[in-house]
Parts: sequence; C-alpha cells; structure tokens
Amino acid sequence: MTALTTPAAPLAEERAPARRGPRWRRTALPYLLLAPALVTFGVFKAYPIVDSLLLSFTTGNGAAGHADGLANYRRLLDDPLFWTALRNTGEMLVVQVPLMLALALLMAVGINSALVRWRAVWRLGIFMPAVTGLVATGVMFSFLLRTEDGAVNRLLEAVGLPAVDWLGQPFWARMAVVLVLSWHYTGYNAVIYLAGLQSIPRELYEAAMVDGAGPVRRFTAITVPALRPLLLFTVVLSTIGTLQLFDEPYVLTGGGPDNATLTVSMYLYQNGFRYFDFGYASAIAYALTLLVSVLGAVQMRLMGERER
Amino acid sequence: MRLSKLRGWPLTFLLAAVTGLSIAPFYWMLISTTRKDTEIFDWPPSLSPGDSLGDNLHRLDRRIGLLRVLGNSLLVAGVQTVGALVVALLAGYAFAKFRFRGRTLLFGVLLSTLVVPEQVMLVPLFKMMMNFGLLDTYQALILPGLCVPFAIFLMRQSLSGLPDELLDAARVDGAGEFRVLWSVVVPVMRPVLAALAIFLFLGSWNQFVWPLVALRSPEMHTLPVALATLQGNQNTTDYGAILAGTALSTLPMMVLFLVLQRQFISGLLAGATKG
Repeated sequence: MTALTTPAAPLAEERAPARRGPRWRRTALPYLLLAPALVTFGVFKAYPIVDSLLLSFTTGNGAAGHADGLANYRRLLDDPLFWTALRNTGEMLVVQVPLMLALALLMAVGINSALVRWRAVWRLGIFMPAVTGLVATGVMFSFLLRTEDGAVNRLLEAVGLPAVDWLGQPFWARMAVVLVLSWHYTGYNAVIYLAGLQSIPRELYEAAMVDGAGPVRRFTAITVPALRPLLLFTVVLSTIGTLQLFDEPYVLTGGGPDNATLTVSMYLYQNGFRYFDFGYASAIAYALTLLVSVLGAVQMRLMGERER
Repeated sequence: MRLSKLRGWPLTFLLAAVTGLSIAPFYWMLISTTRKDTEIFDWPPSLSPGDSLGDNLHRLDRRIGLLRVLGNSLLVAGVQTVGALVVALLAGYAFAKFRFRGRTLLFGVLLSTLVVPEQVMLVPLFKMMMNFGLLDTYQALILPGLCVPFAIFLMRQSLSGLPDELLDAARVDGAGEFRVLWSVVVPVMRPVLAALAIFLFLGSWNQFVWPLVALRSPEMHTLPVALATLQGNQNTTDYGAILAGTALSTLPMMVLFLVLQRQFISGLLAGATKG
C-alpha cells in the first residue's frame, strides 16, 4: 500500500459529536471491533503457543505428563531419527529452493520478453498448479512416478534416459518430493516475479542498451536489483515452507523408504499422535520454530544487506 | 519488426512446453477419471475421455461417502472463510481507523505469531479439543482457523488507504459505526475482500495436518483427509476412483480460478506485493 494513514484529524473528531453516542461507547468501540479477533487469537493461537512451550518441559504419556526440565531437549540432541529428519529436510531444501526459484525467474523473464506471444495464456497455465491442494498433487504424482508404468519414467525413457526408482530409492525419493514441490510452486513464484518485472520501466533497459550493455549485463544490473525485495520474499517463504514440509512426503512416500523422506514435521506428528508423547512432540515443535526464525532472520540479513 | 517477430517464436515455443508440463498432469488426471483402472497406465496415454466416469465416481462414493465428504469440506471451508473474513475486517478496521490504548502492542503481538509454524499449535489444540470433547467435530476444524493474523494485517493495510473523509461524511449523515462499516467500508473494499476470501477458502479447502489430527471417523473426513487415507491403503488398486477424488478436490478450485483469475492471483500474491 502506498497511501499511508494520516492520523485522524482532531477537527473531524469534533465535527459530528452529537450523533456518535455517549463517550464510553466511542472509547469502547475499537475494543468491541477487536473482540472477536482477540478472543479467537487468545484461545487458539496465544494459549497453544505458550502451552506448547510448557509441554516441552514435561515428560510422560498423553496429557498425564510431569515436569522434567530440559529432558526432552537433551533427548532431541541424542535422537538419531531427529537428525535424520533434519538432514532430509535440509537436503530437500537446499536442492529445491534454489532450483525452483531460478527456474521461476527464467520463466518470468521469458514471459515478460517483448518477443513473446500470448503472454496471458502462459501466465495462466503456469499458475494453475498452485491452485491444487498438496494432498491431491501428492496422490496424482504417486501414480505418475510409478517405476514400471508411471508417465514420468515413460517420458524419460522416450528421450533415452534410464527409468528412475522414484519412490523406492532413498535419494530419488527425496528428489521425487523436490520434483512435486517444484511442480506445485514454480509457476506461483514466476507470477510473483512477473509482477515485479512489469513494474521496471522499459526506459531503463533502453538506456542500458544505448550504453552497450548486453542481455546478461542488463539482467544482472537492472532486473536482479529491481527484483531484490521479491527475491527475498520468495526465498524466505519457500525456505519456511519447506522446513515445515508435511503433506507431500506423507502422501507420496509416507516418510520412506527407510525414513529417507522423513521430515521434521512428520517426526513431530509421529511422536505427538502415534506415540502420544506430547512433551517430546512439543520440543520438536520448538526446535522447528527456532530453525524457522533463525534461517528466516539470516536470509533477511544477508539479502537485505546486499540491497544497500 | 518482422525479424524480431520471427525471433520470438523459439521462446514462445519454449514457454508453451513449460506450460504444457504444468497442465499435463491435470489433463492426465481428468482423462484418467473417465477411464478403467486397467487403462490408466497405458502408454502412450489416452488423450480422449473414456466411459467409466460414472463407475469410478460410484466406487469412490462407496469407499468414502462422496457427498458427505464433499459436504464436510464445503461446510468447513465456507464457514471458516466467512468467519475469518469478518474477524479480519472488524479487527483491521479497528487497527486502521481508531486510536486506542494498546493499539501498537496488540498489533505487534498479533503479527509476531506469523513466524510461529502451525505445527507448534497441533499438540495443544488437540489437547484442548479433547478436553472440551470436541475432537471429531466441525467446531474442532473451524474454530482454530477463525483468527488469521495475516488476514488482519492485510485488512489493516488496505483500510489505512481509505480516506477518513469518506467515513466522516457517512457519520455526519447520522450513520452508526456498524452502518458505516457495512454500507461504506465493505462496498469500497470489495476487491480486497474478494481476493482475501479466495485466499482463505483455498487454504481451508486444502488444509490437511490439523484435520488429520482432529478427526477420527470417516464420515467427518474432509476431502484431503479422505483422499490421503484412501491412497495410503496399500492394497487399493482403485486408481480410477482415487483419481476421481483428486479431480473433485481440484476441479472446483480450477474452475473458480479460471473465472476469477485476477482476484485469485492478487489473493495469492497479497503477501508479496503488500508486505
């Protein structure tokens, strides 16, 4: 929003006092308007966040836990499965986010090119996967990625590449998750970039061309700096999203084979709702929160600094 | 000019290929919904619909209780969207157009929870719903989704741009505050509300983890939960039926998207451009 709030002019306050009801009603009004938000926020957001923190210091089954200091956090540090989940999540993150965003940027630049025809059609088409639910996407791809008769392998074979055991091999299972996530979100990110590209004045490029800048130079000197805020936004958003990955591996691989696609969120779910270890699940949740905040802050710092 | 037009074709062709990859899975899914289980993995895939749509839907219905599950999804997403929209509109209006004690603090606290992953709330919410005896009910699904801090933030941002004179003019005419809100603010804000409604509805329609945790009985399942359960059943070879389910969960959103493209894109991009 470009328009900023101008503080309510005191004159306007006094212009129509008679019809505005008693003074207490005017003072109470904003709180009245806020009441639904505050009540739902308090009960379903603030309380759970605090309760989760308290729970993370208790051990025992279900709701019958007892205080046990940092036991859960100590256990977390020594839990090989937690580290596996963290490593899996990290690997998928490191492959998926840069790959997808680079691809999205290329697509956006392509669509924005003055040479291209039927721009609106491409924009519409690439955005479509973002409208699908992750569960539906996962189910669909669990068929498309079948080793023997799935369409993806058939396609690979058609261009002379070997078929891949997508859901059976640990490494490829992770890549399958990466593939499906990228299919789902690349177009969405491309449309974000496209919105940014369209706000860069064409004169900037024309001036650069007059100065003899080639396409690569124009891209690095004009396009990338202009898109920096959006790049930051998408990097942070994708990172946070992938750190919390749950739906895709749950549906596609169930965390397998041999925990190769077990993510932090899935591990949290297993502990909380399969073993009903509420304390440990809460500790995992707070570890995840820490990870999300730290990585988010680091990225903002890094990319924000370069902006100056 | 002619030359540059010619130069555009390879790029156009490339984009067509990329777009093709984006929508090919949908097309395959829709076609498969009308085909027999034995034909779904044919290669090359059939490009035209078959005649098994009714049969697939029938089998899907037998497995998950189609109407019930669709109804659950619609009810939950609908009520949650309207509820969250009202909550956000009222709160956004208060934050944007009133000075009051605690305003900055409350807004800050609300926003600070944006960085907390949803997973943090899973266990406490489960405990809470269990204590209230609300597990496996619509309330359990709907209530936690009524306060969406991001929606409140967006409403505040948009309402800040609304000129105070507009509101005062209505007040001078003797309109009460709720009347001002309903007949001045809401009409002006319609595009933002529409975009936000789509954003909320889509999120709610597709939400998975919380319903998976909060629901027990199959007749309470929403579409994503029913689909995941159906697909997770290893000895199921009801491919046509399962794909019919995915088609039913994606098709309404796709149609809505094609009709309301602009609102959709601005709804999903709201965070990027207004942040």
